[in-house]
Amino acid sequence: MTYRIHVPSDTTAKSLGADRIARTVEQLAKEQGVDLEIRRNGTRALYWLEPLIEVDTAEGRYGFGPVKESDLDSLFAAEFWKGAVEHPLALGLVEEIPYLKRQERLTFARAGVTDPLSLEDYKAHDGYKGLENALALSPQVIVDMVKESGLRGRGGAAFPTGIKWQTVLNAPADQKYIVCNADEGDSGTFADRLVMECDPFMLIEGMTIAGLAVGATQGYIYLRSEYPLAQKNLNAAIETAYANNLLGENIQGSGRHFDLEVRLGAGAYICGEETSLLESLEGKRGLVRAKPPLPAIVGLFGKPTVVNNVLSLAAVPFILDQGAKAYADCGMGRSRGTLPFQLAGNVKQGGLVELAFGPSLRELMFEFGGGTRNGRALRAVQVGGPLGAYLPESQWDTPLDYEEFAKVGAVLGHGGVVMFDDTVDMGEQARFSMEFCVAESCGKCTPCRIGSTRGVEVIDRIRAGENVEANLELLSDLCETMVDGSLCAMGGMTPFPVQSAMKHFGEDFVKNASNAPALAEEV
Amino acid sequence: MTMPGSAAWEPTAAQAIIDQLKSKPGALLPILHAIQDRFSYIPEEAVALIASALKLTRAEVHGVISFYHHFRTHQPGRHVVEICRAEACQAQGARALEAHAKAALGVDYHQTTADRTVTLEPVYCLGNCACGPSVRVGDDIHARVDAQAFDELVESLKTERVEVR
Repeated sequence: MTYRIHVPSDTTAKSLGADRIARTVEQLAKEQGVDLEIRRNGTRALYWLEPLIEVDTAEGRYGFGPVKESDLDSLFAAEFWKGAVEHPLALGLVEEIPYLKRQERLTFARAGVTDPLSLEDYKAHDGYKGLENALALSPQVIVDMVKESGLRGRGGAAFPTGIKWQTVLNAPADQKYIVCNADEGDSGTFADRLVMECDPFMLIEGMTIAGLAVGATQGYIYLRSEYPLAQKNLNAAIETAYANNLLGENIQGSGRHFDLEVRLGAGAYICGEETSLLESLEGKRGLVRAKPPLPAIVGLFGKPTVVNNVLSLAAVPFILDQGAKAYADCGMGRSRGTLPFQLAGNVKQGGLVELAFGPSLRELMFEFGGGTRNGRALRAVQVGGPLGAYLPESQWDTPLDYEEFAKVGAVLGHGGVVMFDDTVDMGEQARFSMEFCVAESCGKCTPCRIGSTRGVEVIDRIRAGENVEANLELLSDLCETMVDGSLCAMGGMTPFPVQSAMKHFGEDFVKNASNAPALAEEV
Repeated sequence: MTMPGSAAWEPTAAQAIIDQLKSKPGALLPILHAIQDRFSYIPEEAVALIASALKLTRAEVHGVISFYHHFRTHQPGRHVVEICRAEACQAQGARALEAHAKAALGVDYHQTTADRTVTLEPVYCLGNCACGPSVRVGDDIHARVDAQAFDELVESLKTERVEVR
């Protein structure tokens, strides 16, 4: 009898040795005469358990992890392919693991379940049902469904997706574009990568539906060059979609047309900003454009363009398949649907947690994350990437919701949560925020280009104990100038982590200063 | 293990790459990637060919190359080792790893070891943020890299059999 097992194949699983594990399992099976079919799934993104081998059984999938090569002999001795066997790495039924069971996986329903490059698998798990529905609908009805779902842009700005689509639909033009922003540069985020590596057809389907909705016939996925596996999987999936008449001319006999191509970025964080991204796609330096005009009116090559994040487009097939209401029924307030949070940094149980909006940051970090990986006290948390604020413990009960976070001066951004233990030097973190802006500013506007350099210098002077009080005031003033005077979020939000570090962790700025004691009390 | 392309400079090969891609809308980045993938960097000679094919000035092409961290204009070592400097890796000890790597290799960022085995580069996020510190070599990402794991990785790169072409 043939037993079927699954060995994950995303970047993180591979970085932890999944390929070697798969090869060794295959070799051992051959040597021992066990009839194993080894499939490569994506990942469930329960990263502390990777590499996580799953075994198909009649009751569901049994998991074993984290598996090291040295565990394989004992796994074979236990005949792990039978599923419910005794072994120190046995996890029981994977879908019963509380971390996974307590999630609401809408966008990530297939991640780790299917073979990412199998169209058959994708279709067997509700794939392409959304497109099938969309092909029978008028553009306006599709746009209305997206509006009713309450979907807001998942890239960070949280702008209502349906309204953006309406603007492009209404704009008369001979050519329109769908651009997927896959320049996931925020540290602590990997949800876009997971979509592209583990379920690439979902993004392709979402973009195709977007094309039908607004009348665009060409799509581009602007992918960061730091994601080589995502590039490989997307290109393979696009090729399969073309071969099956799901892209190209006359899709499924509908007379509709949509072409799709992956374009690679080149290591510039600023190209995650939509206008900089468009410049880059046009083959130029990624200088930010002044808005208006909005890209929805004057976008790529001067044409009306939908620019959406990977997760926004990936949510679309579900909405078209299950209906706007099914999506809108999750969430709280004006934050509808689910947001895939990503637990990263010094975290015991890192990974992807897709939840409806609403639970608190503390629940996420402790009930899912299990606290820090090294067991030290958690001290600061940066949410929303390098432009997001650092939150001290007093703010960890904030509900995970765009508006609630805004109230405490923080952002949810792309859902990345980076945890730091009590050895963190927040003065050093603040300096890094400015240093990052120096390296990544496009240079178009002065507050960002010059302000960040001056910011590094002032923080260095404060940390060295030079004229501390006056320099702290200067830094506050500089931050305000950058927030108010920058052209885009790069310069406009770089101060968020700096200001939050000053406000909540001021003692770290002056701890090395010779004249610190008097001031430390003031801060 | 994937290595950056290291083919010797050949104008005809470069011209063929350019001709194949030049009619794409926004062709410059795809061309620069293809050139670097083939030759491991973008030689000065290629700039003139690209500028001419796309009807740009050499200054414009140079401006684009210099804007993006990924593109380089000098030949790197046999392996490019990229260490993630971003916050999630910092929270897991990346600063100590950076210091160790520089000391162990005897180079700073953007420099190549004397034996030309390794070029050290910083990178801002590899998307492996739950299992840092992360290091990329070619298309392979390595997780939870501490000083010892880094030394072993470098050793494996040094002793790797050089393919004779």
